[in-house]
Amino acid sequence: MPAPVIATQNLVKSYPVKNSKDFVAVDGISFEVAPGESFGLLGPNGAGKSTTMRMIGAVSTRTSGDLDVLGLDPNRYGPEIRSQLGVVPQENNLDLELKVRENLLVYGRYFGLPRARVARRADELLEFAQLADKAGAKVDDLSGGMKRRLTIARALINDPRILLLDEPTTGLDPQARHILWDRLFRLKEQGTTLLLTTHYMDEAEQLCDRLVVVDKGRIMAEGSPADLIRRYSSREVLEVRFGSTQNAEVAGRIQGYGERVDVLPDRILVYSDSGEYELERMSAAGLHPITSLVRRASLEDVFLRLTGRNLIE
Amino acid sequence: MSNFQHGVSDSIRSQTLAAAVAAAARTRRYGSWYVAEHRFRVMRSYTQTVLFTAVGSPLVYLYAMGVGLASLVDGNLGNDAVTGVSYLAFLAPALLASSAIAVAAEEFTYPIMLGFKWNPTFFGMNASSIQPGQIINGIVISVAARMLLTCTIFYIFMLAFGAVPGALGFVAVLVALLTGLAFGALVMAYTATLKDDTGQLAMVQRFVILPMTLFSGTFFPLDVLPPYLHWIGWISPLWHGTELSRVFAYGLPEPIWLSLVHVLYLAALLTIGWIWARRITVRRLNK
Repeated sequence: MPAPVIATQNLVKSYPVKNSKDFVAVDGISFEVAPGESFGLLGPNGAGKSTTMRMIGAVSTRTSGDLDVLGLDPNRYGPEIRSQLGVVPQENNLDLELKVRENLLVYGRYFGLPRARVARRADELLEFAQLADKAGAKVDDLSGGMKRRLTIARALINDPRILLLDEPTTGLDPQARHILWDRLFRLKEQGTTLLLTTHYMDEAEQLCDRLVVVDKGRIMAEGSPADLIRRYSSREVLEVRFGSTQNAEVAGRIQGYGERVDVLPDRILVYSDSGEYELERMSAAGLHPITSLVRRASLEDVFLRLTGRNLIE
Repeated sequence: MSNFQHGVSDSIRSQTLAAAVAAAARTRRYGSWYVAEHRFRVMRSYTQTVLFTAVGSPLVYLYAMGVGLASLVDGNLGNDAVTGVSYLAFLAPALLASSAIAVAAEEFTYPIMLGFKWNPTFFGMNASSIQPGQIINGIVISVAARMLLTCTIFYIFMLAFGAVPGALGFVAVLVALLTGLAFGALVMAYTATLKDDTGQLAMVQRFVILPMTLFSGTFFPLDVLPPYLHWIGWISPLWHGTELSRVFAYGLPEPIWLSLVHVLYLAALLTIGWIWARRITVRRLNK
């Protein structure tokens, strides 16, 4: 494996709380990201993903542990590390007082890049972000998806070696998400290292070569999406609904079905290599769900298995 | 460099380091100016306001107070009743300093709230090679530029109104700049501490800036007030600025040590406010 571009070891971030114990947002996280890799932090809101991103982005001082970004320690080389990063924060902080293209021009200057080069790069990036016809528009007039693409374009103005994306598609409609994913795919193909956080399992499956599942500031598992699903779930999942009052009672009668049975408030999940088979077993036993669905196992199931909770609560 | 190893060879490390150091070198040196560049670009979107206030306020104030009110004062008390000069000559340097305060009150408040909270561009800057302290420096640079422009225009109007008898009058422009920045740096630091604007900035306007303008020897000498109110002038940066402006504009008689105190007091406020604002910014951006 080539030298990692990001390496964390026992990374901790805690915040003092008045008259109480410190709040530990990141609680001993260790992982490595290889150059060109697309690496994800998957976990629910409040898992410590954004805090981890900020430490890697050299804008948040770690409480303890080791952190290496491009071989440099953020405590000492903040501006140097940031000169090599592109950052797409969770909340857009585009400048609403400036026009679309101006946002790129101004941002490029923060890296000390010559005006002519920034102007050229800005035009390329507007093309890339499919915003060329919006160059003179006000940022406020852009749709959510366009703002997100502009933020990504802005993050690329310095030709970063690593792109940090914090919840890149949260709040976007499905079509806007797909456009965005397509753009990120292209970057990945060009060899840009991507580090992203998400609480969407489909996003993690689409974009990540490898990921860590994070919960309450700790890493629960690490691997490729397929690998994690293989390790922590069956091949298929049968979802059945008997109505909210019946689910618990029925669950008692189907224990032993498949590899495992999970009862959620609104449905029962049966993990099995063949969902159809389990469904037939159910009918044979005289159990007829209101709705039933057989699907391939996903990272959502991995998360549920690891934490006993849903990703989106 | 951190002390744990991942098989990263020293040569790759030093190459990366060299590249990163080179990429960040310009921003380390000129980052404050890049932030100022950003502010200038934003100010361009309200050029009209900048110019209108710069031209309009000397016209309105010098005419209304310096000519209108002055005819009343001079008419009743004589042409040299106030510290030995005409009322217009007495008032104009004070209004000049006030115009710098007005710029400070605008540029050191809302843009700070905006950058931290309403449209958090400071976080965006901080994610680039820019450092938190440079954000504050850049704002001070850009406001100083607007203030200098405003005060220079004001001074030109003072000349046109025949309100500057002294030969060293132009120095009053620099005094006004120092006054505006000294007061503004404190306001900037205070604003940087605000998580929300629940009316604090309006309170500053109403209960700090307005009383300060009224009780800083602007419209009448501090001596006219009862002695137990003189302290308002002594702590007010505007009083120190106004008195010093008058020394240069028409040679207000004042011991040299007092002039020195004016300069030192203003410089101290500027330093304290600037450092304080930088500290708060470092803390707020490092989450």
